[in-house]
Amino acid sequence: MFWIVGAILIIAYAIIPVLWIVSLSFKEGDDITNKSFLPTVWSWENYRTVFASDLFTTALRNSIGMSLIATTISVVLATLAAYAISRLNFPGKRLVLGVALAITVFPVIAIATPLFNLWRTIGLYDTWLGLIIPYLSYSLPLSVYVLAAFFREIPWEMEQAAQVDGATAWQAFRRVIVPLAAPGVFTAAILTFFAVWNDFVFGITLTSSEAARPVPAALAFFQGASQFSQPTAPIAAAAVVVTIPVVVLVLLFQRKIVAGLTNGAVKG
Amino acid sequence: MAAIEMRNIVKEYGDGFKAVNDVSLDIADGEFMILVGPSGCGKSTLLRMIVGLEDITSGDMVIGGNRVNEKAPRDRNLSMVFQNYALYPHLTVFENIAFPLRLQKRIAEDEVQRRVKEAAAMLELNEHLDRKPANLSGGQRQRVAMGRAIVRHVDAFLFDEPLSNLDAKLRGQMRTEISRMQRRLGTTTVYVTHDQTEAMTLGDRVAVLRRGFLQQVASPRELYEQPVNMFVAGFIGSPPMNFLPAVVAGSRLQLPFLELDLPAGVTGKVADGQLLIAGMRPDHFEDARLLDPAKRAKGEVFRARVDVTEWLGDSQYAYIPFEANAEVAKQLADLAAELDSEALRSQLIVKIDAMSRLRENHEGEFWADTSRMHLFDPRTGENLTRDEAAAADLARLEQDDFRDRIDAPDAAAR
Repeated sequence: MFWIVGAILIIAYAIIPVLWIVSLSFKEGDDITNKSFLPTVWSWENYRTVFASDLFTTALRNSIGMSLIATTISVVLATLAAYAISRLNFPGKRLVLGVALAITVFPVIAIATPLFNLWRTIGLYDTWLGLIIPYLSYSLPLSVYVLAAFFREIPWEMEQAAQVDGATAWQAFRRVIVPLAAPGVFTAAILTFFAVWNDFVFGITLTSSEAARPVPAALAFFQGASQFSQPTAPIAAAAVVVTIPVVVLVLLFQRKIVAGLTNGAVKG
Repeated sequence: MAAIEMRNIVKEYGDGFKAVNDVSLDIADGEFMILVGPSGCGKSTLLRMIVGLEDITSGDMVIGGNRVNEKAPRDRNLSMVFQNYALYPHLTVFENIAFPLRLQKRIAEDEVQRRVKEAAAMLELNEHLDRKPANLSGGQRQRVAMGRAIVRHVDAFLFDEPLSNLDAKLRGQMRTEISRMQRRLGTTTVYVTHDQTEAMTLGDRVAVLRRGFLQQVASPRELYEQPVNMFVAGFIGSPPMNFLPAVVAGSRLQLPFLELDLPAGVTGKVADGQLLIAGMRPDHFEDARLLDPAKRAKGEVFRARVDVTEWLGDSQYAYIPFEANAEVAKQLADLAAELDSEALRSQLIVKIDAMSRLRENHEGEFWADTSRMHLFDPRTGENLTRDEAAAADLARLEQDDFRDRIDAPDAAAR
């Protein structure tokens, strides 16, 4: 009984703000001042407004494009790096891991300003690449850590068996280790995607136009019907739209993430 | 198929520890060789050096006439069954077995199909080919691992304690299975185990290792009857050989419970008053009342008080405690520690007829076959009574058996 009450409280705490935003996004015109949780009339007006504005659609395109590119590069590099870290003994291994961890400790905002100046000088300011690079430097360490933990779980014998069976190191990696690490790769990919998708600080600092501005940053540039009204409802609609991919991803891959693919690999 | 020759193989780790020390071993083409020893004796390391998963510090590893020290595992044309099977969990049974063939690009698909089916048929895996390893029982996984090993035409099979994860009953069945498969394929096999029964029943010859040193390489029968030292004597046999303090007194030898003439072979090697260790196997004893009178003269009879008896149906064990002096007790404790067993109280374990009605805590009359007793030097462990002529006979016998098997008419068919 205690557990059920506790669970309901926690779920309510987490879900009420989300439901509130959803409800806001369906209120048309001045309905947001109706002093009730639900809209008086359910309306798609805000969604039409959002998708009609170039500001949002180009930002959405930027967000999707940059997130996918950054995630792909990050996961591929992290897989190779994590494999080396978990399997090989090379000088400076601890240093690499230490530096990787140290990078994630830096406050994002402390790097944003120097990067702003640097990118302007070398011409990366307000470009996709200018955002993908800092995204990678923040997501790689996390992915490497997640994947290294996964690789360590895979028994050495798997690779050794493959080698004895006639596989080269690359074949053993490609045909045995990567399939076994798939849940880890998915986890790393999703975490990276979320981090990049939700980024605001780099998005607002390193862009000045629609050329590279991602959705979270673009939300700040929405305008109301008049200069005196806040565009709260359209922002809520945009927020709902950008939340959807995240929810879909989690629903699609949660079983992959949880699945213990290594079951039955060894005795048990 | 090929012979494996090892010349002065050494494995030294970075910290200077030598896991394998100057091991030279010849394994004939088609032979079934067992590597056995307590944990940490270097048997698995040696196996992994044969297959190439472990670097060789010095010495030569020669397979089929070629030195393979610097060759990668994939170039040595060997196959190995791992202790935990190391099946690929994301592949079906069929693809697991086919994996080594798929890596060789030049093998056509219908050839792959044919060979996997053939291996699966031999191991009775046909109905499981579409299942994943996670859905198989321990014995089935073990057979898939073997299927993966035999699907290629390799020079040798290597087994690293393949049955240690199975329960006792299944272990017995798989043991016969492995033996039958090896006899049928006639492929050179090296098999690492710490199990007595596997070592004694599977191999043509057994190599006993201790702390990286090779102790003795011989047929199971020779190891049992003519061990070179106390370590081999204590390691081979279950329950283990009894070690008793024996004091030389002139031309007589005094043991707990009995006294006998000093065996002829050792007279020159020992001094009067010297302490020796006598080794007698449990099955060299009998309840004197149930003894065949003809055998009585071959040994000695003594009376002793039985502590505990264990009746097993087909046989019976009796435990007879005795007092050992400090030097012998220490020697026995060291040996026990090295053999991975507990240093137990000094006791004599005797195997007697199941019909015997000896009662616990009562005195009984026993007979010991002293003609088969061995005497060891307590300092070096060396066997002073090893009969070289008898050992040579046993070795010749083993060689004859092996030749018979290799040259058997059905050998031509495979």
